[in-house]
Amino acid sequence: MLLIEDLQVELGGKVLLKDIHLEIKPGETHILFGPNGSGKTSLLMTMMGYPQYVVKRGKITFKGVDITHAPIDERARLGIGMSYQRPPTINGLKTRQMIDICAKNKVDAEQMARSLNFAEFLDRDLNSGFSGGEIKRSELLQLKAQDPDLIMFDEPESGVDIENMALIGKTIAKLLEKDFAREPIASVVQARKNRTKMGLIITHTGYILDYVPADKGQVLYEGVLACAGNPREIFQCIGSAGYEECVKCNI
Amino acid sequence: MQHLDDIEKKARTALDKKALFGADLDLAGYDRSLVPHKYLADDEMCALPEEDRKRLLMSGLDVTGKGRGGTYVQKDTTVIHCHSMQDGVEVMPVKTALEKHDWVKDYFWKLASADQDKYTASAALELHDGYVIRALPGSKSIYPIQACLYIEKENLQQNVHNLIVVEEGAELHIITGCATAPNMKRGVHVGISEFFVKKNAKLSFTMIHNWAEEMDVRPRSVARVEEGGVFINNYICMKPVRSIQMYPVTYLAGEGATAMFYSIIVGAPGSNFDVGGRMILQKPGCRAEIVQRAISNGADVMNRGHLIGEATGIKAHLECKGLLLNGGSIDSIPQLSAYAEGVDMSHEAAVGKVAQEEIHYLMSRGLSEQEAVSTIVRGFLNIDIKGLPPMLKAEIDKAIDTSNKDAL
Repeated sequence: MLLIEDLQVELGGKVLLKDIHLEIKPGETHILFGPNGSGKTSLLMTMMGYPQYVVKRGKITFKGVDITHAPIDERARLGIGMSYQRPPTINGLKTRQMIDICAKNKVDAEQMARSLNFAEFLDRDLNSGFSGGEIKRSELLQLKAQDPDLIMFDEPESGVDIENMALIGKTIAKLLEKDFAREPIASVVQARKNRTKMGLIITHTGYILDYVPADKGQVLYEGVLACAGNPREIFQCIGSAGYEECVKCNI
Repeated sequence: MQHLDDIEKKARTALDKKALFGADLDLAGYDRSLVPHKYLADDEMCALPEEDRKRLLMSGLDVTGKGRGGTYVQKDTTVIHCHSMQDGVEVMPVKTALEKHDWVKDYFWKLASADQDKYTASAALELHDGYVIRALPGSKSIYPIQACLYIEKENLQQNVHNLIVVEEGAELHIITGCATAPNMKRGVHVGISEFFVKKNAKLSFTMIHNWAEEMDVRPRSVARVEEGGVFINNYICMKPVRSIQMYPVTYLAGEGATAMFYSIIVGAPGSNFDVGGRMILQKPGCRAEIVQRAISNGADVMNRGHLIGEATGIKAHLECKGLLLNGGSIDSIPQLSAYAEGVDMSHEAAVGKVAQEEIHYLMSRGLSEQEAVSTIVRGFLNIDIKGLPPMLKAEIDKAIDTSNKDAL
């Protein structure tokens, strides 16, 4: 379980997030909505442990461990992973090597890459000259290899064409154990009970909702988690009334 | 030998001439007298002390000769091993070659000048030895030839002169290493190299330097590439040295000739590098590329690069990247000169540190901070060297890794 209590975060001396309370139980996937600049990415970066995001108050607990001030790699090893919107290029490091790093050499990079139509990118420098959609597939491939228990996605649909959207949506559903398409009914019940993966997805377009049945939606507005509820309902409300109106329902 | 007399005369005029770049060395304080060593047969090479074999291997020389087409080893001033196992490739000591074969003098001091500076002058007047490697017309070598210039004697100035001739249509690969014995500290290495890449021939030349902390090194090399020829020149130095100054010059003298110069330098504290080179593109369709990677862990590194376009339709690019990891300095001086319409020339240079963003990204995939930094640094040094057979590429990577082990 992930638990965030009364979190306040600053970046460069400016308060970005305040009074954040978030709880993601094993098997749950949450959707994070919010206008540009509302602090969504900052929340993910804080949860991942980026040191420039300074926690001024509150506590982050994951699997019962207080990770409020833990370094990034410790969180990664504890089972937190993140799909970045704009990851840096690492010159000279082949995508294949990165897969091996993520999986600690325990997976067949070639085979795994084929499932994401990404095999031809394995020998290219990581993220070098990748298009928007290629970046997403590269990020998903890394997460698939890493197999974290809590996976955060920063706008997994941005820059992805329609054809690849289904591939990306289905891959995310699988990573979060939300894909039951090919299971017989009896085992679906069992699978639902057994699942442990947790997800937090930032989306603007809402496309991802077509592929990943999410448990809860929340709106981050001006650094505050303002609204929680059924993700489709919230998305519809934002679509028709806008963020400003939508967050009023809870205030 | 009128030719040799002329060279001697020329050299005498330059005995006190300082080099254009780099710190001036007082050669008077070094010993240049001959150091005799026993010639070693194949099995005796393999029986060298493990410490020596390790030093040789770090410079790319495998004493077993496995996967190599031929071997040349010079210890101090004396050739201790020399043979070719490949049809169409000749490997000989330069002094013997000058006595035995008339054609050798057609190449000896034909590109480099004995009066360039005091180092060329000294090599011309007090030559110890060096290698001649020649690929006969049309011959294709499968295995690289390995050469090593080894210094054991303290305070020696080793003077070497190498000739590499790749005849028309031939393909030749050379891995050459320079190394010092484990206990050896102070000395000078002067190496003259002249490269002749003839019509449609291809040469890859990989040089790995493994010097000692008080060594001063002054290579002097000039290459001439004819029509359709390809010259790939790789330089790797990751070990401490007091100073290295070199400025190899490449003439692309025939239509469509191509040259690539890749250099990887990891500079240890106190080391001083002044390296780089000039390429002159003289005929239409010539291509040149200079790619430099330098890491300073406290060394002073000067990276020079000068591309000169003298004919229309040439294409040349210079890329110089530096990482300052632990003090020291990196100076990057890229230069382009165009003397014809329709040239396509460019350069890019960047000096920086390892980006925090990249470190954090790798940490979020489970690497520790230290592992992340070394992964990024290894990537930085990982240049995609084009046009090499995969086996040779693997050999070079292995050599980089071995040479890399203690450096990073």
